[in-house]
Amino acid sequence: MRFLPTPEQREFARSLDAMLSAADTPSAVRSWAAGDRTAGRALWSRLADAGVFALAVPESCGGVGPLPVEVAVAFVELGRHAVPGPLVETVLAAALLAGGSGPDAAAGLLSALASGKAMATVGAPYALDGDAADVVLVLRDGGVWRAPGARDARPCLDRARRLTTPLPGGELLLPRTPPAALHWARLATAAQALGVGLTLLDRTVAHVGRRVQFGVPIGSFQAVKHRLADARIALEFARPLLFGAALTMDPADVAAAKAAACEAAYTTARTALQLHGAIGYTAECDLSLWLTRARALRTAWGAPHECRATVLAAGPPHH
Amino acid sequence: MDLDHSPAEEAFRAEARAWLADHVPARPLPSLETGEGFAAHRAWEAELAADRWSVVSWPVEYGGRGADVMRWLVFEEEYWAAGAPGRVSQNGIGLLAPTLFEHGTPEQRARVLPPMATGEVVWAQAWSEPEAGSDLAALRSRAVRADGGWLLSGLKTWSSRAAFADRAFGLFRGDPGAPRPHQGLVYVMFGLRDPGVTVRPIGRLDGRPAFAELFLDEVFVPDEDVIGEPGEGWRVALSTAGSERGLTLRSPGRYLAAARRLHTLWRTLGSPEHVRDRVADALSGARAYQLSAYAQASRLMEGATVGAEASMNKVFWSELDLALHETALDLLGEEGQFADGPWSEGYVFALAGPIYAGANEVQRDIVAERLLGLPRGRR
Repeated sequence: MRFLPTPEQREFARSLDAMLSAADTPSAVRSWAAGDRTAGRALWSRLADAGVFALAVPESCGGVGPLPVEVAVAFVELGRHAVPGPLVETVLAAALLAGGSGPDAAAGLLSALASGKAMATVGAPYALDGDAADVVLVLRDGGVWRAPGARDARPCLDRARRLTTPLPGGELLLPRTPPAALHWARLATAAQALGVGLTLLDRTVAHVGRRVQFGVPIGSFQAVKHRLADARIALEFARPLLFGAALTMDPADVAAAKAAACEAAYTTARTALQLHGAIGYTAECDLSLWLTRARALRTAWGAPHECRATVLAAGPPHH
Repeated sequence: MDLDHSPAEEAFRAEARAWLADHVPARPLPSLETGEGFAAHRAWEAELAADRWSVVSWPVEYGGRGADVMRWLVFEEEYWAAGAPGRVSQNGIGLLAPTLFEHGTPEQRARVLPPMATGEVVWAQAWSEPEAGSDLAALRSRAVRADGGWLLSGLKTWSSRAAFADRAFGLFRGDPGAPRPHQGLVYVMFGLRDPGVTVRPIGRLDGRPAFAELFLDEVFVPDEDVIGEPGEGWRVALSTAGSERGLTLRSPGRYLAAARRLHTLWRTLGSPEHVRDRVADALSGARAYQLSAYAQASRLMEGATVGAEASMNKVFWSELDLALHETALDLLGEEGQFADGPWSEGYVFALAGPIYAGANEVQRDIVAERLLGLPRGRR
């Protein structure tokens, strides 16, 4: 056993991190929130070039997967940089289409998703960024449909996320939803949440080291340190659950990872806000991009109680 | 990245499982914090040792099997899954032995380790003092140079197992003139029935004498029972502090087994909604600690060392253990109040977890300062 990322996986993370660090993602997120998709689309293409959307797609369908560990590696970085758009949903759409035997239209869509030509979203019932996506899938009546579009884009607390309602009708792509596909969405969401939490922690550690009150950096106060230590511990113990789940793709493992990573990210968000004080409460401060994301991911693709129910249904942990 | 045990590890697991199935007592032993229970647990150590299961990670020459850390984790999973008794020799095996492997002489190892492995000699710790708990370097008990050794005087307290144990190890101030509190300390081993030693058992919350005060009045310790250089005691002790806080003190197998028991109890009682989330979190927490241990073992096997990360383990397992037991007691309701209930002693034991081996507040300071790089400040 070697339960550590391989050199290739580390390098994959490093290259995504370098690319996203250079891309000024906070301003891309802000434009995306304002309805200007140009920067977000450009990021999307570069992520597709890096292979991110092909990871859940088997080679036989034009992808490079299925590689759940690499999906987790990639989505931690996407979360760390707060990349906007229906990232999880595009991976889920690919997993759905790859998991069933659909009409030729499905195969064509799949290769468009894997290559990054098409951005997809999935309505269950709301579809994230359905007004921006090229493909709107809907999970309905036990099957997978392609809706003719989406309407009623409503802004969310995370201003970079707009939830839409898929239009009725459309084409039935798969009569049965491949159940394993939803685990990909949970896994990717968990990874993204872990990344969000890691950045919230990093930014807050930097802030409390700089911010001086009572004549000293507030990071020297034990009350401040202990909250950050707890955040670090929560994130650090969510990480092995995430990668363990990616290796087994066992529903209970994935659910445990989702619940733990989102819990850790949300706890870290609360700590980050509290320790930044009033500046952290402003929309102007970039911290807000991650603060609101942590909240949104908590209920996306498996609310805490649903994940815990899956953990309990499966029985005791592995030996 | 993988979670696959090698065929050799699986064979080792099967061998351990088979042995445990044949030997683990059908009924739990009496509490090891009683005279009768202590004796029963000591006998169990001998039974383990007879087939080389008491110290699997030690070299063969001292009674072990030379198991690497991954196999040790496997053994621990099997051990606790089998419902085997608590380890009365934990202090010696988990703390003194690693110190001897790192700083002891061959003579000390040959003399001390084999009887530790069989339970013939059970060890207690002698660290804390009334004025030196989390701030251990404030300790005042003295070691005064004498002909061929040292004379120990002072008061040690919260010495786990000391009410019934045979010998103890700890730190004493050998050079009262040393410029800094961490300097001039001597790491020694001494007998709890040596002349000059008075052991006063202390009842823990449930009244059982789980620890003791040690009054020391010119207790003679020969030079051969000093570990490392006199004056270097702090460094010697610190080199294995990570062991105490980290994996070797509390292996994941223990919590996996407890979480499994909790899950079974919850289902048996009709899966009540009010503790549902907490049962799920106990399962996930135990799995997280197991997987984290696999990651740490993977790093150790590549030559890395355990540093401040051990402090994260300590906070995590101590809080997990307490949460597990609190959930079980809440689930049992009024039935959970009985002193002889199946979760009661474990609960009392778990209550001490956030305090011993470095209070969790100290561990959080370490995480914040050494892992996050925050400035040192007033405690």
